[in-house]
Amino acid sequence: MAKYILKRIFYLFLTLFIIATLTFFLMKMLPGTPFSNQNRMSPDQLKIVKAQYGLDQSVFVQYVRYMGGLLQGNLGTSFQFNNEPVTALIGQRLAPSMQIGAQAMILGTVLGILLGAVAAIRKNTWVDTLATFISILGLSIPSFVLAVLLQFYLAYKWHIYPVALWDNFQSSVLPTLALAALPLGNVARFMRTEMVDVMSSDYIELAKAKGNSSWKVVTKHALRNSLIPVVTIIGPMAVSVMTGSMVVENIFSIPGIGEQFVKSITTNDYPTIMGLTIFYSFLLVVIILIVDILYGFIDPRIRLGNGGKE
Amino acid sequence: MGVKNNMEQIPNVPKEKFKLIHDENNNEQEKIGTPSLTYLQDVRRRLFSNKVAVVCLTLLSIIVLISLFAPLVAPHNPNAQQVTLSNLPPKLGNLNIPGFNGYQNMGGKMVDAYKQAGASKDTFYLLGTDYLGRDLLSRIIYGTRLSLIVAILATLVDLIIGVPYGIVSGWKGGRTDTIMQRIVEIVSSVPNLIVVILMMIILKPGLGSIVIAIAITGWVTMARLIRAQTFQLKEQEYILAARTLGESSTKIATKHLIPNLSSTIIIQTMFTIPNAIFFEAFLSFIGIGIPAPNASLGTLLSDGQKAFRFLPYQMWAPAIILSIIMIATNLLGDGLRDAFDPQSDD
Amino acid sequence: MDKILEVKDLHVNFATYNGTVQAIRGVSFDLNAGETLAIVGESGSGKSITVRSILQLLAKNADIAKGSILYHGDDLLQKSEKGMDNIRGNKISMIFQDPMTSLDPTMPIGKQVAEPLLIHNNVSKKDAMARAEEVLRLVGIPNPKARMKDYPHQFSGGQRQRIVIAIAIVDYPEILIADEPTTALDVTVQAEIIDLLKELQQKIGTSIIFITHDLGVVAGIADRVAVMYAGKFVEYGSVNDIFYNPQHPYTWGLLDSMPTLDTSEANRLNSIPGTPPNLLNPPKGDAFAPRNKYAMEIDEEEQPPYFKVSKNHYAATWLLHPNAPKVDPPASIKKRFEKFKQLGGSVK
Ligand SMILES: Nc1ncnc2c1ncn2[C@@H]1O[C@H](COP(=O)(O)OP(=O)(O)O)[C@@H](O)[C@H]1O
Ligand SMILES: [Mg+2]
Repeated sequence: MAKYILKRIFYLFLTLFIIATLTFFLMKMLPGTPFSNQNRMSPDQLKIVKAQYGLDQSVFVQYVRYMGGLLQGNLGTSFQFNNEPVTALIGQRLAPSMQIGAQAMILGTVLGILLGAVAAIRKNTWVDTLATFISILGLSIPSFVLAVLLQFYLAYKWHIYPVALWDNFQSSVLPTLALAALPLGNVARFMRTEMVDVMSSDYIELAKAKGNSSWKVVTKHALRNSLIPVVTIIGPMAVSVMTGSMVVENIFSIPGIGEQFVKSITTNDYPTIMGLTIFYSFLLVVIILIVDILYGFIDPRIRLGNGGKE
Repeated sequence: MGVKNNMEQIPNVPKEKFKLIHDENNNEQEKIGTPSLTYLQDVRRRLFSNKVAVVCLTLLSIIVLISLFAPLVAPHNPNAQQVTLSNLPPKLGNLNIPGFNGYQNMGGKMVDAYKQAGASKDTFYLLGTDYLGRDLLSRIIYGTRLSLIVAILATLVDLIIGVPYGIVSGWKGGRTDTIMQRIVEIVSSVPNLIVVILMMIILKPGLGSIVIAIAITGWVTMARLIRAQTFQLKEQEYILAARTLGESSTKIATKHLIPNLSSTIIIQTMFTIPNAIFFEAFLSFIGIGIPAPNASLGTLLSDGQKAFRFLPYQMWAPAIILSIIMIATNLLGDGLRDAFDPQSDD
Repeated sequence: MDKILEVKDLHVNFATYNGTVQAIRGVSFDLNAGETLAIVGESGSGKSITVRSILQLLAKNADIAKGSILYHGDDLLQKSEKGMDNIRGNKISMIFQDPMTSLDPTMPIGKQVAEPLLIHNNVSKKDAMARAEEVLRLVGIPNPKARMKDYPHQFSGGQRQRIVIAIAIVDYPEILIADEPTTALDVTVQAEIIDLLKELQQKIGTSIIFITHDLGVVAGIADRVAVMYAGKFVEYGSVNDIFYNPQHPYTWGLLDSMPTLDTSEANRLNSIPGTPPNLLNPPKGDAFAPRNKYAMEIDEEEQPPYFKVSKNHYAATWLLHPNAPKVDPPASIKKRFEKFKQLGGSVK
């Protein structure tokens, strides 16, 4: 297991290295300078500013510098926002994003598991149809559409929650709901498929043959076996929540990294875009790694198997 | 054992019934059962007996047809501005249907917005107009068309990259496969949307860029599925036979592999389309997608959102169409999967 | 002898896309205390469905259309779901075909073996585990105390089947149903499992319904044999009746395709030509007729009744009708008749 984890960590860094490199060169291919939409600068001024950001050096030197900085956890300096280091920017804005992201994942996963399990147990009944429909809605309605609708009805019209504000838990409810729909739909569908599979397996048959009531068959055997694989979709779910977060934060004016990312795009703040891209990728590969290791621990077949999975 | 019926009274059967007929009727056996349908007929029958799938298919067909004939169907030019007639509510002829009568709540009173704007008596916009006085219905028709074009093109590019990639990776195996899979791993460890956004920053905004941006990550899933299946197919007897007979790889791929992969390809396509539609909408929503003045579902949503607080109909209409397309493609994908994969019925 | 189970005129249908599959078409048999009944037949003949009906472990689309299943005179088909739960794993238990998939992959095996005890008896967890350990030892799992905490994938196929057997017998069932318990195993392991079942039967005195598609494994374990084809029993009798005085051409076919001591060489090439009928539209006459070398006109028109061959030996073939012509059975069957005479039986 330890060997497997080490190997995975090595690949994690390799992947990040490649992503950082690709991002860097993509950014260098950009047309125009990042300053083109700022006040006109004289050529001299421009030269000074460029030197300040190291843009007067050859691309290769810039690359080596950038990668060196990355190794020390330096994601570069923003062109905007008072030239703040990108890491500082992320640091200030991480908490709100993490909060609504985590809340949405937890809410979506829990509800999704329940919905999927109920659908599987009541397979081919109206309960199943209804659950399937709800999960399809969750999957199909983009989070930004949902966010706007929630904001209009629950905030503007009925004043149940604040419209766009970031202070207490109350203000995180609507963005959480908007973001939870997709994981809910994903988990519910996945859970249903898994559980239908498990319910038709021989060991469930044997569990019935032992004299377990239908309820006990589900709680003692079917649930555990169908829940374990759900762990594997946490990674993709995190991605969809991150994605949704970019607009949802914008709609609700939440000072998170998603809102920052969109803002950086519209202001051509390349170092921030680059830094956030690498940060998002880092977050994702780490989550996937953790999930894989977690999976190895909760599934006895892998935990006790010969050195984990391929 | 239990059964004692009949044994005591041996039935009276005439002797001539006991002529041996030997095995000349061995081959009649097939006729006894119901004729087995061919696989594709079977798939079609299962699909069409699935009510949900049929409804989705019908809805999608209608939407596609309307988009296809947009110039004929749309009542106005989608980009024609008429600033005097901006932000008019929906009106359906001179029928007085609440919500579609051109009246609008202004300061607590219902006012005929058309009269106020000085529109002629027989001017009406079914879904109202936007802030530039453009007909919303026409914009939605053209917007849907553009979104569908993006989705279909992106899906095509997906297929063109993903299918051969998956086949080669699965077929060659070994080192080639390992390297190709590493690439897939790296591509898929960046959140799709980030790649899409990076591409959009680099490329000039427009239809082509969106298609490229979406397809650049989209092929990965397809490639993965195809590779896994190619691995299985490779070991099938008829393919082994074709290999030993020395058929060329291209011929094997087109003659044996692709037909067997088609169900996977069709099903996956049904999940790629809504994905592409989502990305287009997303990009346009944050303002880096389809450039003005053209309409797509994303730009309509984005415009609608700005006015949503006071003129909710401007967002509802595109939101509903977008959701219908997404839901219908997803459900149709499910239906197709069930139809192709009979063990998942009953 | 004590009849503990009586199945009467069982009919089971399945609702499918294409129509109703008549999987079981009137099966009757009984089971005495302590005996072993074997049900043999090609795969798809309805053996599993027959025994699953007893425990009502059928798929959702199944319908027990007709018949009764009397357990000590009580009709199991009339019992509530809860009433059935009290029977399953306690009075009647079952062993499934594939040991690789029969055990819960994420639960330690000790817990799985102890489960029936905890469900049916008012015992403490500790006592149940102690008993589970004892039974695991009984079925031949070495070092059971330590291995109780292990998961199924840490055992070989044969060992897993032993664990499945341990689960089945842990609560001393009156009837043990073994649905092809050896089919998925290696030949050497097969013999071990059969020996184990015989040994356990002696120790705990349970009755066994043993299902197999391989007549070869029947001789060593069964007291009586029922031969099944297309949802019906076509012949049944004692082991000697079926092996040495078979009357139904289908039984002949099965015996002829079986490697025997006499022929010393596998006769697999003699397997019965053709395939079983589609039970969506079962034929009007004898379902075996299309594959039957000895088929007669009457076979196509009317289903044969059971003809009595001797006490407790019956066969459903028109060949036993007094008006039927005398046919010439395969050579290997004639040899068996010889043997039957030596054993003191009278050949019809
Ligand atoms: N769930 C089901 N739906 C439809 N038909 C079924 C189902 N289960 C079993 N059958 C049919 O019942 C017949 C008997 O099956 P089974 O008892 O499993 O045979 P076996 O003798 O191999 O154990 C088969 O022909 C099969 O087609
Ligand atoms: Mg069976």
